[in-house]
Amino acid sequence: MSEGPQGVSRYTTGARINHWITAISLVLLALSGLALFHPSLFFLTHLFGGGQATRAIHPWIGVVLAVSFLGMFIRFAALNMWNKDDTVWMKNLGKVINNQDEGLPELGKYNAGQKLVFWGQSILIVLLFASGIVLWDVYFEDMTSVDQKRLAAVAHALCAIGAILIWIVHVYAAIWVKGTLRAMTRGTVSGGWAWKHHRKWLREETRKS
Amino acid sequence: MATLQSLDIRRRSASTEAPPQIRKGGVEVAKLIDVSKCIGCKACQTACLTWNDLREPVGVTDGVYDNPRDLTPTSWTVMKFAEVETGPDLEWLIRKDGCMHCDDPGCLKACPAPGAIVQYTNGIVDFVSENCIGCGYCVKGCPFNVPRISKLDRKAYKCTLCSDRVAVGQAPACAKACPTQAIYFGSKEDMKVHAEGRIADLKSRGYKNAGLYDPPGVGGTHVMYVLHHADKPMLYSGLPENPRISPLVGVWKGVMKPLSLAAIAFAGAFGFLHYITKGPNEVAESDERKAAELTGGRGA
Repeated sequence: MSEGPQGVSRYTTGARINHWITAISLVLLALSGLALFHPSLFFLTHLFGGGQATRAIHPWIGVVLAVSFLGMFIRFAALNMWNKDDTVWMKNLGKVINNQDEGLPELGKYNAGQKLVFWGQSILIVLLFASGIVLWDVYFEDMTSVDQKRLAAVAHALCAIGAILIWIVHVYAAIWVKGTLRAMTRGTVSGGWAWKHHRKWLREETRKS
Repeated sequence: MATLQSLDIRRRSASTEAPPQIRKGGVEVAKLIDVSKCIGCKACQTACLTWNDLREPVGVTDGVYDNPRDLTPTSWTVMKFAEVETGPDLEWLIRKDGCMHCDDPGCLKACPAPGAIVQYTNGIVDFVSENCIGCGYCVKGCPFNVPRISKLDRKAYKCTLCSDRVAVGQAPACAKACPTQAIYFGSKEDMKVHAEGRIADLKSRGYKNAGLYDPPGVGGTHVMYVLHHADKPMLYSGLPENPRISPLVGVWKGVMKPLSLAAIAFAGAFGFLHYITKGPNEVAESDERKAAELTGGRGA
């Protein structure tokens, strides 16, 4: 049984480590990337040891994120497939935002919002990785034309802003929906949390035991 | 180059502070390269290396006169030799390539490092190497494909228009060395007047399309060419016909910056307002009870 006095098991230790490597890389990438994106934020380069160091480290953190996120993708892609309940849930987004649960379908491990975060980040990270390679002059300068580099620079910045916005939604959801964070810190959620937010998942977990 | 001319700075890369403005009456300078007088001797290239104390590593020849083949982190000017057939004639069009010192410099616009690229009030665009972080954004900003990133130190280099010499009233080293006086240096106004005379001379000799290359798309340049075929600048080893900062760079360094930060701030503010108006989404005691019933009391 996955539920004990500590609650319902939601994430394995491996998944949690995988998540936090991704999370830390993403935050470091956002800080170093924003430092080079807007002059007002250039001071953030001090966190990385100066402008040159920021420029040199940023792509390597990107590699860590890409590998780490690939692990997350393999772990969670199947659980993030869209279904009818997700469409119903999305139609009731207004209720969700107003903390009203009535009429919402019972959900599996993830709701539609979480799935959109997952797929949004998956697509953006692929685009960020591809455009990032084009911009990584130290190793790939001679492989693309200046016009391709210009396009990559704009695409990289756009995708990065998109990823940061999705990250804000993701983090805020964890702050707003109480009892969520422990899923990623301790690996478990309370039975009540599972019942309230992911009842179908709780039923499946109970059936398995 | 490092900059010591702080009162003479018109623009500074990635800087939100206003530049100093008390010094007035500065003259805009320009280098005028009369392509029709160039004999391709490369004295300018040598003078450039000598004055800047740089050595171009020994390279390879691939059967053309261009040497090195293109601009490099050490060769800030390179003679580009083009053999062009115009009707029955074969013309040898030799253009001294290098930084054009745009009045609206794309490199400076693209640069993310504060003060790594400056434009002086005299129009010279200079790279301040100590502030350069080696990102290569200047390469993307430049409409003339001029800046080069050194593989040695990952810093960007290009012609300084001998800003150090100009600051003490000297002409650039290349202009000083040119044996045919194909390179002039002076105020931009004087250079335009001088160019008119040269163009009139070329026209009288049958070059009816002779003209001055001072492209308006980049606000004019502080390195100008007298061309015998000003209607076809591409003949001169691909001198762009209507250079301008790429619209992609314009978006990237223009509207995108404030809009992106605004979007991030809005998302943060929305979350905060949502929390203080709607409050947290909390699990009720009844949820725990129902979960316990479902799982047979083993939970929570």
